[in-house]
Amino acid sequence: MSEPIVSVQNVTRRYPGGIIAVDNVSIDIEKNEFFALLGPSGCGKTTLLRMISGLDTPTEGQIFIGGEDMALTPPNLRPTNMVFQSYAVFPHMTVAQNVAYGLKVTGVAADETKRRTMEALEMVKLEHLAERKPDQMSGGQRQRVALARALVKRPKVLLLDEPLSALDAKLRDGMRLELTRLQETVGITFIIVTHDQDEALSMASRIAVMNQGNVQQIATPAELYEQPRNKFVADFIGKVNLIETKVLKQKGKIASCEAKGIGKLDVGTDKTCGDSATIAIRPEKLKISTVEPKGTGLVKTKATIRDVAYYGDTSHIVAEVAGGLDLHINVQNNTRTGGAGVDRNQKVWVHFDPKDALLLTE
Amino acid sequence: MAAALKPGQGPLDYGSRLWMKVLFILVSIFLYAPIISLIVFSFNVDKTGVWHGFTFQNYIKAWNNDSIFNALANSLSIAFISTIFSTIFGAMIALTLWRFKFPFKAGFEGFLAIPIVVPEICMGVALALFYNQTGMMLAVRDWLWPFNLINIIIAHIAFSFPFVAVVVRSRLIGFNRQLEEASKDLGATEFQTFMNVIVPFMMPSLIAGALLAFTLSLDDFVITFFSSGPGSVTFPVKIYSMVKNSITPQINAASTVLIVITLIATVIAMKLQTPSKSGH
Repeated sequence: MSEPIVSVQNVTRRYPGGIIAVDNVSIDIEKNEFFALLGPSGCGKTTLLRMISGLDTPTEGQIFIGGEDMALTPPNLRPTNMVFQSYAVFPHMTVAQNVAYGLKVTGVAADETKRRTMEALEMVKLEHLAERKPDQMSGGQRQRVALARALVKRPKVLLLDEPLSALDAKLRDGMRLELTRLQETVGITFIIVTHDQDEALSMASRIAVMNQGNVQQIATPAELYEQPRNKFVADFIGKVNLIETKVLKQKGKIASCEAKGIGKLDVGTDKTCGDSATIAIRPEKLKISTVEPKGTGLVKTKATIRDVAYYGDTSHIVAEVAGGLDLHINVQNNTRTGGAGVDRNQKVWVHFDPKDALLLTE
Repeated sequence: MAAALKPGQGPLDYGSRLWMKVLFILVSIFLYAPIISLIVFSFNVDKTGVWHGFTFQNYIKAWNNDSIFNALANSLSIAFISTIFSTIFGAMIALTLWRFKFPFKAGFEGFLAIPIVVPEICMGVALALFYNQTGMMLAVRDWLWPFNLINIIIAHIAFSFPFVAVVVRSRLIGFNRQLEEASKDLGATEFQTFMNVIVPFMMPSLIAGALLAFTLSLDDFVITFFSSGPGSVTFPVKIYSMVKNSITPQINAASTVLIVITLIATVIAMKLQTPSKSGH
């Protein structure tokens, strides 16, 4: 791998009053990546982004951009530009003036400023609104102004702080697609902060999941979903059934477990387990049948349907197994008739392939 | 008990009730009739309080009356100079209070309000004592214009800059700090950010505050009366001394000019004070 474009090394940010917003975080971000910082609100992701931009400074640790230590570089001299959550479009300037601002204050020649401004406006499809004032524009258009204003500077890294959170659902889907396309066209590293897992999964090439100032896992979207490192990641990304489990014995990469409400099963793992662990299994990997399922290697258990929620394409089912444990099961409604095919209080079998289950130790 | 609503009348439609209309008319008469009659009689031919025909003569006479003209010139220059300084000081204090945290900030803020709440007569007496004790009252007497007005100018700055500070501060509260951060992030220095982002945002409040300071200075009597030494007479003080003898239509004319100037400034100030939709 080449040298990372952004390298965060053991960065801690402490605030007066003993609050630790970011706690000893290290992340390397490669060139041309679409990188997402994902986590619940207050997890420190925005603080980390602000420290990369220079608007906040680490209490400890170092941040390198393009191989250079940024400790003494103020935000106006860093090769990063930010799209703010509130867009922060200057209200007293026209769209064109907003976009040209970053070039004007750094002394770029007037004709070059004009040319690059028009290019940037074309890129976000706003060239017809160049003379508008921001208060005559929609949220989506203001967002594009903020994007053009940052991209016109040709930064090495573009930082986006919750860029889609203020848009309505339909615009958000369109903008999501546009952002990924834009990232591919301009070839600039994007770092996006978001609390929305769908946003991160669908746009980013890699994601760092954060909680309480710590990085929980850095991985591709598919890895995060299928190979979460701990209970927090499994629970935060998508829906999951977490089942407490006793580990009876471990032989190499196979652990023999006894899960609450399910019984004995063998689960593959590459970690050394203690006496107890948690089995994680996604709702869509559980299956329901009205008769006892046949086939070797299947894990099966009797259950009672407690709730069926109809979502059109899928139905979300809650089934109670022995010991009062509720399992969440998603089934595809593949035919127009029948729906999930089960009713409340019906006795059924729940079964799954143990290869689809994951053993979590932390 | 609340009056029963008539069809088409909302619960807060007081304007359509008779007693409300009467009250409104009475209040208007008491408030505005004296001012209107003052203006009307500035165009009267005769010196008596009886209407004898329309003329501009009083305005011409007032203009040609050296002492009235000098007083007006003094007032306008005092207002102009003190407005510049109180706008700068007021804006600086507003920025300091908005921007920084420092010990005794709350106390400092309270201190700032003192010139607003202290009775004018007390401030006037205090200034008179101060100028007399230090000898400033007489010292400036023979100084070159406009420095011979410096005592009054200082007094006017002292009572009007807190008003500017209050106006500018309330505008700054609505400032989105991300605008400042965006400017720096885009490559602007601290000073460029201040000039390109913060000052344009403050501008309506700077103009409104300046006009407020201007009108306050222009029509101030009490503090000016106490802090002006011999020889420096402002317009309100001049009118006061003329009224002591007799009310002439010239006074009416000069007062009308003052009303018009103040009115224009106030209307502009109020227009600029209405919150703008943008900036958030």
